[in-house]
Amino acid sequence: MLLSEVSTTSTLFQLIPWIVFFPAIGLLINIIFGGRMSEKAIGAVASLASGLAFGIAVLMAIGLAQNHGEPVVVPFLEWIHIGDLQLDWTFRVDTLSNVMTLAVTLVGTLIHIYAIGYMHEDVRHQGDPGRYRRFFVFLNLFIVMMMILVTGDSYAMLFVGWEGVGLCSYLLIGFWYDKGEGGIGNALAAKKAFVANRVGDFGFLVAMFLTFWAFGSLDFANVFEKAPEIAQTMPGVVLAITLFMLLGVTGKSAQIPLYVWLPDAMAGPTPVSALIHAATMVTAGVYLVARSAPIFVQLPQAQNTVAMVGGLTALFAATIAVGQFDIKKVLAYSTISQLGFMVAAVGMGAFVAGMFHLVTHAFFKALLFLSAGSVIQGMERGEHHVAHHQQDDLHAARRKKKQKEAHTFDPQDMRNMGGLRTKMPVTFWVYLTGAVALAGVPPLAGFWSKDEILLEASHLNMPVYILLTLAAILTAFYMGRQIFMVFFGETRTAPAEHAEESPPVMTIPLIILAILAFFGGALNLPGLHTFEHWLEHTFMAFEVELEALPFSIPVATLSTILALASITGAWALYGRKPLQKKQPDPLRKLGWLFTGMENKWWVDEIYWFLILDRYVDLAWFLADEVDWRFWHDWFHEKVILATFNSLSRLLALRVDLGGIDRIANGLADGTQALAACMRRLQTGFVRNYALSVFVGVVVIIGYLMFR
Amino acid sequence: MLPVTYYVALSAILFILGAVGVLIRRNLIVIFMSVELMLNAANLAFVAFARYYQSMSGQVFVFFVMAVAAAEVAVGLSLIVAIYRARHTINVDDLSEMKG
Amino acid sequence: MDFLTHPLNVVTFFPLLGVLVILFLKEEQKNTIRWVALITSLIAFGISLAVLVQFNAANPDLQMSINLPWIQVAGWNIHYFLAVDGLSILLLMLTTFLTPISILSTWTAIDERVKDFMIFFLLLEVGMTGVFLAQDLFLFYIFWEFTLVPMYFLIGIWGGPQRMYAAVKFFLYTMAGSLLMLLAILWLGINQGTFSVPELIAKGGIPADVQLWLFVAFALAFAIKVPMWPLHSWLPDAHVQAPTAGSVILAGVLLKMGTYGFIRFNIPLFPQAAVKAAPVMAALAVIGILYGAAVSYAQEDVKKLVAYSSISHLGFVMLGLFALNEQGIQGAILQMINHGLSTGALFLLVGMIYERRHTRIMDKFGGLWSIMPIYGALTLIVSLSSMGLPGLNGFVGEFAILLGAWGAGDAGGVLGSHYYAGFAAIGVILAAVYILFMFQKLFLGPITHEENKKLSDLNWREIITLVPLLILIFWIGLYPKPFFGLMAPAVGKVIALVHGAVMAALP
Repeated sequence: MLLSEVSTTSTLFQLIPWIVFFPAIGLLINIIFGGRMSEKAIGAVASLASGLAFGIAVLMAIGLAQNHGEPVVVPFLEWIHIGDLQLDWTFRVDTLSNVMTLAVTLVGTLIHIYAIGYMHEDVRHQGDPGRYRRFFVFLNLFIVMMMILVTGDSYAMLFVGWEGVGLCSYLLIGFWYDKGEGGIGNALAAKKAFVANRVGDFGFLVAMFLTFWAFGSLDFANVFEKAPEIAQTMPGVVLAITLFMLLGVTGKSAQIPLYVWLPDAMAGPTPVSALIHAATMVTAGVYLVARSAPIFVQLPQAQNTVAMVGGLTALFAATIAVGQFDIKKVLAYSTISQLGFMVAAVGMGAFVAGMFHLVTHAFFKALLFLSAGSVIQGMERGEHHVAHHQQDDLHAARRKKKQKEAHTFDPQDMRNMGGLRTKMPVTFWVYLTGAVALAGVPPLAGFWSKDEILLEASHLNMPVYILLTLAAILTAFYMGRQIFMVFFGETRTAPAEHAEESPPVMTIPLIILAILAFFGGALNLPGLHTFEHWLEHTFMAFEVELEALPFSIPVATLSTILALASITGAWALYGRKPLQKKQPDPLRKLGWLFTGMENKWWVDEIYWFLILDRYVDLAWFLADEVDWRFWHDWFHEKVILATFNSLSRLLALRVDLGGIDRIANGLADGTQALAACMRRLQTGFVRNYALSVFVGVVVIIGYLMFR
Repeated sequence: MLPVTYYVALSAILFILGAVGVLIRRNLIVIFMSVELMLNAANLAFVAFARYYQSMSGQVFVFFVMAVAAAEVAVGLSLIVAIYRARHTINVDDLSEMKG
Repeated sequence: MDFLTHPLNVVTFFPLLGVLVILFLKEEQKNTIRWVALITSLIAFGISLAVLVQFNAANPDLQMSINLPWIQVAGWNIHYFLAVDGLSILLLMLTTFLTPISILSTWTAIDERVKDFMIFFLLLEVGMTGVFLAQDLFLFYIFWEFTLVPMYFLIGIWGGPQRMYAAVKFFLYTMAGSLLMLLAILWLGINQGTFSVPELIAKGGIPADVQLWLFVAFALAFAIKVPMWPLHSWLPDAHVQAPTAGSVILAGVLLKMGTYGFIRFNIPLFPQAAVKAAPVMAALAVIGILYGAAVSYAQEDVKKLVAYSSISHLGFVMLGLFALNEQGIQGAILQMINHGLSTGALFLLVGMIYERRHTRIMDKFGGLWSIMPIYGALTLIVSLSSMGLPGLNGFVGEFAILLGAWGAGDAGGVLGSHYYAGFAAIGVILAAVYILFMFQKLFLGPITHEENKKLSDLNWREIITLVPLLILIFWIGLYPKPFFGLMAPAVGKVIALVHGAVMAALP
């Protein structure tokens, strides 16, 4: 009985590579046959591929449940084998990776379905329907890479996915690579994301090198087993490992100092912002820390650093989110802030709380982004309607002028919206659900997970608790501000007046996500701790202690009151007296504080000034001055070539002409002079010659006779 | 029988006549004939000594000299004719292009 | 084995047969000439595959050797000695693999003096193959110098506007470098009584100080060829002026002759000197990585950008070699192949756009991805491989190299400091900067030049040229085991030599 169970589960686990293959097959089908397929078919293939991956994830969960949460390692293919370095394509199925696969594929599939509708309009709005297929290819590629990231059994394989999702992020941010500021803005945003991620990847690489030479392996099991021992013998190395890993985390999960790429990443189509830049990819850093828990728990100072980075990011990004007007930018900074919560949680050692927040955040932030996409497209439809209407009514000259105005219209600017509650009711309700969940109002998902983080922080790390609480207050405030600016009051522009609701293919995934965002907290209710018990199997295997703290009324009450209070504050500022057309934001009264928040505290500018401009200058200096003018032109042309030339001139003029030539010429001159004398003998008279012959004969004979 | 001295003396006289002819005459044909004279002076000396020493090799040599002389005459005369045709003169002093 | 049918002789000299056939063709029969050259090089590739099949990967020693006394005068014991082992088999394959691809790329690009071009190209293949197979120092030197001549003409006749300058510079630099090597070869041959590399290694016993001098003499020749910073000045000229096929072979194979020289001669022949020189060589390599990457970024001509990126990439190879451990050296050898594939493909791609647009200035492009989607996608893959994205070939090599270099930085390693690998890893960031900059300049953003709108996407011949490279890019990236398997035993032998030298150096 037991034996057969083991064999069925083990065959079940053999399916794990398919979690990568299904999306890969999907993208290959779309690459090869997509040219002859309809948009619907392309979207269906991609969604199905992602859905099948979700199916595999569910099967793995069933398998794990049968297996009592024991981790399973499924070797697939050998990869890099050099001496002691043994890296393989090996999959690891445990409760932690399973949580990630479930969340990613579930949210991913919903976003795929949503994108069928969203991209249908988007490609037409942007004027290049040919890119529809490309979008789904990239999206499937992202699922492939994300699956490699979370199911890999070694840091090396995790890194493959880690960089792979970075690539997908690059491709999708730059999806409308000919749009954006100056036509190149999106491409630059994409590049910025990739390079910032690469800086983080540098940290990850160095962490891997350190790990390998300290632990002799990059496999999770080998590393974690030895972690306590190595942390005793070489604490410095282990600290360096954790800090370099933290650099990787700050890159991928958009923490201080490398968060700057994420707001710009909103240049990508909205489903991308939802999937990659909110729900899944950016949480990879949180996953990495949770995964490496056995290393991090060895060193309290490493844990404190991580928690501090997370806490600071949470507050810092929240302040910026308050000052933004772009609907997606608010959500982007909110994402950075929430990632800060998660990083702080896993940093403190509250791994379950961090992972729990990761999952609920995936639900409600994906929901918020997708609803924002729905809002934006509603605005675009309104704008289209207005432009169309004008064409009928007005005469040509004015139409042209209007069209130009309409072209500069920004459908993402919240100042252009207002009163959308009645225009887009479904979107409004789901948006509201997401916003309330994010603000941390009970009983929605965000409350439970955020409360658990705050609870742990109040026990483990007081400064971080204060930072996070402040961030939570701001969170509720900026979400309230957004809701009131977008959905309440009067419509402030003509497109908003004519905004239309999105089609069902978009709203149905929204509704599903809204349900998840509402009830997601049930995963880990206080007292039950289902989620915690599920994850325990993974963490306990390497002796990482998880303690479930009892639900604390004071902490929960305080955070709830603060959240409700700041929503009320937002209502007082934005809801009671809704913004009118061209009215400045009421927060402008804060003066420099608001200017700072609006301008993101000039961090981008500082980076440009301190690092990027310097690098560009250095590169040009090296290329132009050092390499070309100095080394190539001056040194090689002037010094080497000129020295050679002058040397050869010296040889040619002085030595050759002056010395060797003179000797040779002297010989020739002597011969000539001698010949001038001798030529006199040649009279040309035969008889003279004959006489000389006779004289010669006589002389010779005379000599012979008288010698 | 005449002593060999007489023959040698005659040969010497003939040779000197020939040599002087070669050196002082300007006509190519005469110079040519003087050369023949010198050759025959030599032939006479050969024959005289061959008789004196009772050896045949001297006489054989004379035959060779005569054969060479005949060939020489053939080539020489034709050269002289060719020179005359080209230059309309056979005066050796006029043929001094080789003057250095 | 019979001399004429010995596989190594055949693989080396088979292209001469093609040369002979082409000699009998008329200049006007351009297509026939092209086909003859292509088929010849393809057969040569087939023969090299046969060599690969016969090759025993488990054997760390030289195999299939053919060793005959050749020049035996005045006590010089010069042999005609060809053999292959794990260090050279992959480079042999790379040579025979890239030659037909390069020839295919010239189909429309080279239209003048096709006959001469193909003859030089096939002669070049003979020279390159010989370099990788020769196991006698004197024979090696002959092949080494022989490759210069066809390349000189390829650049000088079919190159860009400043081709003569570039060709002469290329020739003189390499020549100047190899003169000291010739002296060192003669010193070795006369003092040790043999020119045969395995015999020299077995004999050993060169005093440490003499080793250092010989090491420097060899290293100078190879470092110019690699090219290591700061001896790289000939490279941008040669690459920018050379015709596309010439650039492919130059980057793909000729530069590898330098790095191959280090692993074949410098390290095994003078292990003590190699250990002593490792920090210097590694430092130069790291400077080259960062310098090449920074300078690449500040280029306007895309071909020049790729040329400078070679300096950066080969810096990685050199760093790996002088990590002097398994990971470093195996990674370096694989990275030689990777660079041949990726940079070769990049030069092909640059050539394709140059053929259409007759400019390589990046500002003249922009937004090409919309006009040439296939071209854009292929360039993207190759660029990613070049910047070392995991899953593609570049990563496997770079990762192994950096890991090895980091290990060599541990206490007791030859480098003794982690700064080498640490700074080299920064090169990974900078690589992303210049590669993405290039991709953005060419393919992203709006279409700013009217004449670009009419550009046609790649045709079938061009796609076929690139597909074999792409297959290998993915293959090495996902499953590099067969490649490591070929080199591992031979590298182990080299490591053992180095290890012996380290042990000997200890008091």
